[in-house]
Amino acid sequence: MSLAHPTRTRKDSAPPKAGKRTTTTRGNGRAGVPSGRGDTGHRTDLLESMLRIRRFEERCVELYSAAKIRGFVHLYIGEEAVAVGINEALTPEDAVVSTYREHGHALARGITAEAAMAEMYGRTTGCSGGRGGSMHLFDASRRFYGGNAIVAGGLPLAAGLALADHMRGQPHVTCCFFGDGAFAEGEFHETANLAALWKLPVLLVCENNLYAMGTALERHEAQTDLAMRAASYGMVAWAVDGMDVEAVEQAARRAVEGVRTGTGPHFLELRTYRFRAHSMYDPDRYRHKAEIERWKERDPISLLTDRMRENGELGDDALARIEQGITDEIDHAVEAAEQAPEEPVEHLFHHVTSSSAEAVH
Amino acid sequence: MGVGGTHEAKTTYREAMREALRQALRSDDRVFLMGEDVGRYGGCFGVSLGLLEEFGPERVRDTPLSESAFVGAGIGAALSGMRPIVEIMTVNFSLLALDQILNNAATLLHMSGGQLPVPLVIRMTTGAGRQLAAQHSHSLEGWYAHIPGIRVLAPATLEDARHMLAPALADPDPVLIFEHGSLYNVSGELLPSTAPVDLDHAAIRRPGTDISLITYGGSLPKALAAADELAAEGISAEVIDLRTLRPLDDAAITVSVARTHRAVVVDEAWRTGSLAAEVSARIAEESFYDLDAPVERVCSAEVPMPYARRLEEAALPQVADIVAAAHRAVD
Ligand SMILES: Cc1ncc(C[n+]2csc(CCOP(=O)(O)OP(=O)(O)O)c2C)c(N)n1
Repeated sequence: MSLAHPTRTRKDSAPPKAGKRTTTTRGNGRAGVPSGRGDTGHRTDLLESMLRIRRFEERCVELYSAAKIRGFVHLYIGEEAVAVGINEALTPEDAVVSTYREHGHALARGITAEAAMAEMYGRTTGCSGGRGGSMHLFDASRRFYGGNAIVAGGLPLAAGLALADHMRGQPHVTCCFFGDGAFAEGEFHETANLAALWKLPVLLVCENNLYAMGTALERHEAQTDLAMRAASYGMVAWAVDGMDVEAVEQAARRAVEGVRTGTGPHFLELRTYRFRAHSMYDPDRYRHKAEIERWKERDPISLLTDRMRENGELGDDALARIEQGITDEIDHAVEAAEQAPEEPVEHLFHHVTSSSAEAVH
Repeated sequence: MGVGGTHEAKTTYREAMREALRQALRSDDRVFLMGEDVGRYGGCFGVSLGLLEEFGPERVRDTPLSESAFVGAGIGAALSGMRPIVEIMTVNFSLLALDQILNNAATLLHMSGGQLPVPLVIRMTTGAGRQLAAQHSHSLEGWYAHIPGIRVLAPATLEDARHMLAPALADPDPVLIFEHGSLYNVSGELLPSTAPVDLDHAAIRRPGTDISLITYGGSLPKALAAADELAAEGISAEVIDLRTLRPLDDAAITVSVARTHRAVVVDEAWRTGSLAAEVSARIAEESFYDLDAPVERVCSAEVPMPYARRLEEAALPQVADIVAAAHRAVD
């Protein structure tokens, strides 16, 4: 049994075969289930959004190697379908809570490549004013609440954001991203209980990429069926193919709709995979190359590109245009970050408390 | 559990705190109280008794036994524009929420470059003296005072119990309020003042000229009793109530020591790494040449708090210990 393939309770932990869609994930055909727009223009948007994340992070790798950006950098490459698909179901008034692997969530949420890149550089123009770096991207105006580097630390916050909306009768949803590793933390279980008990409008999104750093799922969870465990708290929960952005979107729409009707938290387990190491520091010794290669056959970007080509929805020219647009965008972001001012050391004590300097940079 | 305050015209610390909560809930829709047993039970120390009936279960919210989740939820609600007051039964249990307090409440403003202030109040009891043994008796507020990004308050008087909450709620940053368990039944007359407490400054509870007794919270009554004894011997002790443990009012300490030239720091926490250690270090840094004697410290014995009464008494700072320390400094 390979490390990444728990076989005791999950038959489908190997990557789903290219072209085949897992039946549980499609909303189509279910009565009353809202579906994605499903047209060419929309699929193009999804593709562009995933490509922006991919190319942004590939550039981060180069910049990291060039020592332009530092710190812990956790890449999302391979998981883009999750951020993009989920975000499609959210409105700008909804709230998002994320982890340290949040570049994808932030960009999908509309934080610009420029603001995110400046943050990687630690510049004042960064979306956290240079105080956060890769692991702590924030944007209050987009209700994007981080960027939390404590495993499961964002879950209680999400419950509280949802509680505030709930108490004020607002129809908003709070979406909380976290990894499979969070299932082993008490904070996940405390929050699941609290959110279900109080029927809070939270969408819990578990990005199950089969590893918590170097520890494979079946080596950190006694019970690896995560959706089932979430369901035990009395919330609607199911697992989704996290490599298929359209499947993610459909599932997210259905879940968000459920949350909005006031039935309490919903849980989605997105079965996905990170193609890169845990962080830039990780030599990735705990996974077999073959396993990674197998999952790459289900690269969410190729998957959508192929589907669009098959349908005659995407030609080489169109793809080249999208790629060029993104390259320009990221080139510009890097240039802007290079030129952006660094904060003077006299500002060190700003933002420790609200009175220690002007509240917003 | 007795809910004190039977005397006419007299108020207990517990009732003063309850009145502060009531006023906060009445005057601002965004305020709500949440914690274990704050509703139906009335608060495990009876502080919130009656508030559920008055404000309903949405705003006086019983939580599961999930310190981390409900403190974190308070942070999330504060981020979203509410003004939560979170009650944790005792400081010992707050350790289960330490991650949320330190890694989220205290840091979000800074990590977000100033975008995410956390206007949250967390109340909890602290301290020993009621034979509750080691897991219900410790004084860990000094640990919290270590953390930048939060304000730490220790109301020691009826006035502070009544009037610290409003300015704490008005603070845009997280505020922790430590209520010493032995104070709840203290009663007295509360002047009908509405002035909020100035949270930036320590208070001189008794002026004096020969020695400064610097303390806070549950140790204040003991320091005042010690000052009475010293006065009977002709020693004039000034009693300083720090009342805000972070940020510390350095000026109040230096000015007092410049006047008295001697200092005793009284702190119910353990001596090692305590707030008393911090205050002593500051006196050494800022008032060294004003001192006529080494700074004295009266702290708890370095043992987990024992249950047995005479052992607990022996472990805690007592009036006689404070008087003895003052004598060492003065003689
Ligand atoms: C409370 C806590 N413990 C340990 C760590 C160190 N750590 C950082 S990421 C990580 C693995 C988390 O894995 P998972 O939740 O599956 O998320 P993924 O990285 O796969 O997205 C660990 C152990 C941490 N950041 N926080």
